[in-house]
Amino acid sequence: MEIFLDSFFNFQIMSEASPLLIRGLGTTALLCLVVIPLGLIGGLTVALMALSRSPWLRWGTIALIDFFRAVPPLVLLIFIYSGLPFADIELSPFTAVCVGFFLNNSAYYAEIYRAGIESVGVGQMEAARSTGLKKIQALVYVVLPQATRNVLPDLLSNTIEVVKLTSIASVVALQELLYSADMARSVTYNSSPIVMAAGIYLLILWPVVRMLSNLEHKVGK
Amino acid sequence: MNTSETFSRWDLFTETFFNQRLIDEYSGAIAKGILITCEIAVLVVFTGIALGLLLAMLRSYRFLPINVFISCFVDILRSLPPLVLILLAYFGLPSIGFSMSGFLVLWLVLSLILAAFAEEIFWAGILSIRRGQWEAARSTGLGHTQTIVYVIIPQAIRMTVAPLTNRTIAITKNTALGTVIGVGEILNQASTAQSFSGNATPLMMGAIAYIVLFIPVVAIGRWIETRFAWRRI
Repeated sequence: MEIFLDSFFNFQIMSEASPLLIRGLGTTALLCLVVIPLGLIGGLTVALMALSRSPWLRWGTIALIDFFRAVPPLVLLIFIYSGLPFADIELSPFTAVCVGFFLNNSAYYAEIYRAGIESVGVGQMEAARSTGLKKIQALVYVVLPQATRNVLPDLLSNTIEVVKLTSIASVVALQELLYSADMARSVTYNSSPIVMAAGIYLLILWPVVRMLSNLEHKVGK
Repeated sequence: MNTSETFSRWDLFTETFFNQRLIDEYSGAIAKGILITCEIAVLVVFTGIALGLLLAMLRSYRFLPINVFISCFVDILRSLPPLVLILLAYFGLPSIGFSMSGFLVLWLVLSLILAAFAEEIFWAGILSIRRGQWEAARSTGLGHTQTIVYVIIPQAIRMTVAPLTNRTIAITKNTALGTVIGVGEILNQASTAQSFSGNATPLMMGAIAYIVLFIPVVAIGRWIETRFAWRRI
């Protein structure tokens, strides 16, 4: 028991590592602030492209969505970070992560928005248009608010996944929360910093996961 | 002048991303990676879904201590990034005497995560079955376990197919995280070969291997989603 506490809940090591971890948490937060809005905007754009009336644009977009859903995010990230320099495109870790996340998240958010927009009856669009709204106005004021409400649990669930996914940025040496924790682990030969990072993730995400569960049960009823 | 320059740039591009010599040299390693990725993926899908189903069935007995435990297990595994758990299990457990290979750690962690998500999905499916089904089954003399196995689960499964497929695909793609703890799956083989050869070709091969493996899976997932769309009957 003592060995267990000493290797996983060593408070002395935790307190020594905490400034590093807090800085890491800041980077994680900044990353989330950039990639979540980017993904939402990209996803909405891609969803509208996937619902276009032109079959070329529609099928092209769907192929692109499936392509980015098939590539594991870590593979995409490593390809961008260490493959692209061979083509003279060198990106900083932060930019590489943002680009990779933008491509991956847009595909996932697009699928959700697409389902949401399809769940709103065609009659809504027709009714809005017949009151004299332009197509874009009808989309923004009538269709999208309903679509978003219908897929709110999925949007939230995907956003949780995005926040968790930021941890893979540690693989390309971006000094976010997990990277800092792992660095502290390798210096101290003790896993307590990783337990601490896990605790921070839990503290932030557990309430959101709970909220999501309640939301899912409510929508299901 | 101009054409020869574009020609040489094109040559340089194929040289760095589709180098025939390196393709020949490393196709064996990539094939080995594909095999390992498939092995882990299949193992994770089976153990994860089986454990998830088992937990959901246990939860239906509504025995408070067990349900609190299951809820906490599910919430924690849904909140933590997989990579955190992988690092914790791989580097942390040896210090208390549990030394596991990277392969075993990856299998264990991904199975537990899939089990947590699967439990939540199966439980939602079980809850969606109307009370009357329970009461009717019990009144014919079936016990609780028999009711669950023969009456409730067969009906609940149908509703779980679409969300479960999506989640399973997402988690099998996490096999790529194994590269961080030295599991020789596709990404690991590809990045090792890349650093040996100083050329992006192996990485390109790895990416193509993933696409060839997962595009059909994503397409099947899309088909299943429309076929078994979550509808309340």
